[in-house]
Amino acid sequence: MTNEKMKVNMTVNGRERSAEAEPRMLLAHFLRDELGLTGTHIGCDTSQCGACTVMVDGGAVKSCTLLAVQADGSEVTTVEGIGTVDNMHPIQQGFWEEHGLQCGYCTSGVMMAMIGLLDENPNPTEEEIREGLEGVICRCTGYQFIVKAVQKAIQIMAESGQPVTAKEAVGEVRS
Amino acid sequence: MTTVVGTSLKRKEDPKLLVGTGYFSDDIKLPGMLHAVILRSPHAHAKIKSINVEEALKSPGVVKIYTGKDLEGKIGRIPSSWLVPDCNLKEMPQYPLAIDRVRYVGDGVAMLIAEDKYAARDALDLIDVEYEVLEPAVHQKKAMAEGAPLVHDEVENNIAFHWKAGEIPEEIFKTAEVVVKESFHVQRVAPSPMETRAAVGDYHPATGELTLYCTSQNPHIHRMVLSGVLGISEAKLQVIVPDMGGGFGGKIGVYPDEALVGYASRDLQQPVKWIEQRNEHFMASNHGRDEIIDVEVAGSRDGKLTAIRVKNTANMGAYLSTMGPGVPTIDFGLMITGSYDIPHASCETFGVYTNTTPTDAYRGAGKPEATYQIERIIDLFAREIGMDPLDVRKKNFAPKEAFPYTNAQGLVYDSGDYEKPLKKALEIIDYEKLRKEQEELRKEGKLIGIGLSTYVELCGFGPSAVAGAIGFQGGVWENSTVRVHPSGKVTAFAGTSPHGQGHATTFGQVVADKLGIPMDDIEFVFNDTKSVSMGWGTYGSRSTAVGGGAVSMAADRVVDKAKKIAAHELEVSTEDIEFENGVFKVKGVPGRERTFQEIARSANYAWNLPEGMEPSLEGQAFFDPENFVYPFGTHIVVVEIDQDTGEIELKRYIAVDDVGRVINPLTASGQVHGGIAQGVGQAMWEGIVYNDEGQLMSGTFMDYTMPKARFFPEIENSFTETLSPVNPLGSKGVGETGTTASIPAVMNAVVDALEPFGITDIDMPLTPEKVWRAIQKGREQA
Repeated sequence: MTNEKMKVNMTVNGRERSAEAEPRMLLAHFLRDELGLTGTHIGCDTSQCGACTVMVDGGAVKSCTLLAVQADGSEVTTVEGIGTVDNMHPIQQGFWEEHGLQCGYCTSGVMMAMIGLLDENPNPTEEEIREGLEGVICRCTGYQFIVKAVQKAIQIMAESGQPVTAKEAVGEVRS
Repeated sequence: MTTVVGTSLKRKEDPKLLVGTGYFSDDIKLPGMLHAVILRSPHAHAKIKSINVEEALKSPGVVKIYTGKDLEGKIGRIPSSWLVPDCNLKEMPQYPLAIDRVRYVGDGVAMLIAEDKYAARDALDLIDVEYEVLEPAVHQKKAMAEGAPLVHDEVENNIAFHWKAGEIPEEIFKTAEVVVKESFHVQRVAPSPMETRAAVGDYHPATGELTLYCTSQNPHIHRMVLSGVLGISEAKLQVIVPDMGGGFGGKIGVYPDEALVGYASRDLQQPVKWIEQRNEHFMASNHGRDEIIDVEVAGSRDGKLTAIRVKNTANMGAYLSTMGPGVPTIDFGLMITGSYDIPHASCETFGVYTNTTPTDAYRGAGKPEATYQIERIIDLFAREIGMDPLDVRKKNFAPKEAFPYTNAQGLVYDSGDYEKPLKKALEIIDYEKLRKEQEELRKEGKLIGIGLSTYVELCGFGPSAVAGAIGFQGGVWENSTVRVHPSGKVTAFAGTSPHGQGHATTFGQVVADKLGIPMDDIEFVFNDTKSVSMGWGTYGSRSTAVGGGAVSMAADRVVDKAKKIAAHELEVSTEDIEFENGVFKVKGVPGRERTFQEIARSANYAWNLPEGMEPSLEGQAFFDPENFVYPFGTHIVVVEIDQDTGEIELKRYIAVDDVGRVINPLTASGQVHGGIAQGVGQAMWEGIVYNDEGQLMSGTFMDYTMPKARFFPEIENSFTETLSPVNPLGSKGVGETGTTASIPAVMNAVVDALEPFGITDIDMPLTPEKVWRAIQKGREQA
């Protein structure tokens, strides 16, 4: 395989982005180093920790398991694209309200994974939330307040008055 | 008076982290920045015969390669910062890169610097090192034996230190009605913060200043030690800790890598960045625990313990790390009696060099080990005399009336009421009913176990004079400045080093109450040695007790000065001024008042200050507490074991902790949950494993089991509040209580469940295989 750089195009957080990348470059590195989206973090080399989880074409994906070139033409959403300080996504509000984060390093990935979970299963039981967290590791919280944060996010979405999925809430925030 | 201390405020730290705008070390991008990678030894013990870097240097993008020989005489060795006295300590400081011998898998051999991180990793494989492999010493007891390979030729029998404290009159054990012995291995684990270690050096040639961004729990200690190692003035070395993804003790240490990055940036006069890989972290970042603890207690048939004798054989790894020597000695050996009034105690600790990664403080640092052995042996003692372990605990507790209580090793526990959290925990779980249910279920063949841990731990380091007496190479006071701007808004500085604990919130709550201003008016600065004058960092659950104490005192000084200015303006004496909710009022004269913001402007404009008063409104305090703090509590665990598979199900987890005054119950609970997850992790899943050749067998998250969400039931945690008399807030520490308490609570529950099989102990971690084998063995013996 050649290390010659290729042009990679993708829609990231609703914007057309393109940058040069070696074919072997991981999507996680592409987002962080080439596009400057450093909210996505890297916590291991073996795809266990899930800190780098993003949405690719609507599904939660560990961005260290994908090459940037594989995501060419895709629609990618990172933590920077789900909400702002003034207009947080329900999952972000839930994490803030319920102390779902301590150091904040795994948080972006955990939130993206939970958006993926809620999209597939909008009303998970506590057990289903805990199972849904299988792909991520948090060393700080003992997970309890992460579970509460997800439950809070579900409540916030339910109380918003209009049926909205976690994924739709992303679009709402962006527009 | 409105107050925010004691309320569950949301954290100030969170919004930026939630929207992905945190600024962690790997997010740093500087113009002209180069990327460093470190070649690490694949052998536990070997001579370096030659290093050939020719091919690697030809690889595209490579700028420079340093070997140990290149750096000899140019960069110092990395010292330990805890030189425990009176134990014949033999310190063998580590060269930042090995010169002629590697001593553990992960020991640094060369540093390669390239323009791009992919190019750097490509080239690293082209460095050709010829090794002569030597026999390693791996296991600490084997390493002490005659004829074992020597890690350092100068250190006989690999004994790095031999420490003793306490003596027990000989007749105590000879005449005791009951003597119970056991040997426990508190296995080696990896702190595993989700962000690995990192360093970015940025040397400024024109001024000779070096800015070092790095992952550290104690930036001022890093500055102090690295200024010596690098030969640079402390005044020209700025250490900045950006947002940091956890520490847990693993980022206390001053490591070779940070020194190397600083050196390279100065040498190349360009910024240099090094980010540790996770597999690298497992071999190059300090591990915790690995202590073999032989314990023996004497007591009477009616349940009173009279003596405890402990021998700890601690695996220190290849070098003595920053805090390493203090962990199995001071932290462990003075706490072996736990919460119990045992009149006689002695501890002997061997610190042993081995060809493994150095061990250092890991969440709890010595106290989880001390708690483990006493909480385990008290259960075995109870079983031996046929008493409920609960009753034995109650019978031996240091009584409430005895506080401040001096334990057998001479430590003075600041305050305590051990029955209080115990009573609460028993009520929550309905202990008597539970024991009856357990009995019934046992008849049905179900293995239910109930485990207690009524712990106390030493934390909140501490009085500096004591630190000096126990060989700590530094002070342990704290510092804070509360600076009031003309608008009345506040910038405050503190020397603790938050990385998830939420100090900006909890310290902010303290300042908000003291000054009567909103939380939003207060911003805290931490983790920058140029902004914060001094501090000793965050470890040993000291931040609230010591750092919070300094913040509280600094805020008091602001109020004291502001009161004088208000009195001057209102033309009354200071005694006539009362300060409430941010307003200075003349007592008994409604309407004669000044707001905090008005006084802030007066102080800063200095148009009309009391005679002789200096301008500005700023309080600074240096707080050196008179004693450590001793949080305590009761954890109760209920497990059910599947006897066909050996699988353990955690049914319930009750934690009642007494950490003195709780500033923010939400963040305090977060600390408890996280601590418990790590302690339960040690008991059930985690373990660093070396084979006999010293190869690291658990070097990724595929081989090292990190606790996951589905492993846990909901933790039922609450607090009781027994204030500490040794700091202004009355707070103790909360960060390590969960880890300290939970390890024996889980093990006691599991051993209790397996009582029908005559099982008294199982090695951690409690894998289903080990449990299943223990059951099979028990059945055979029955």
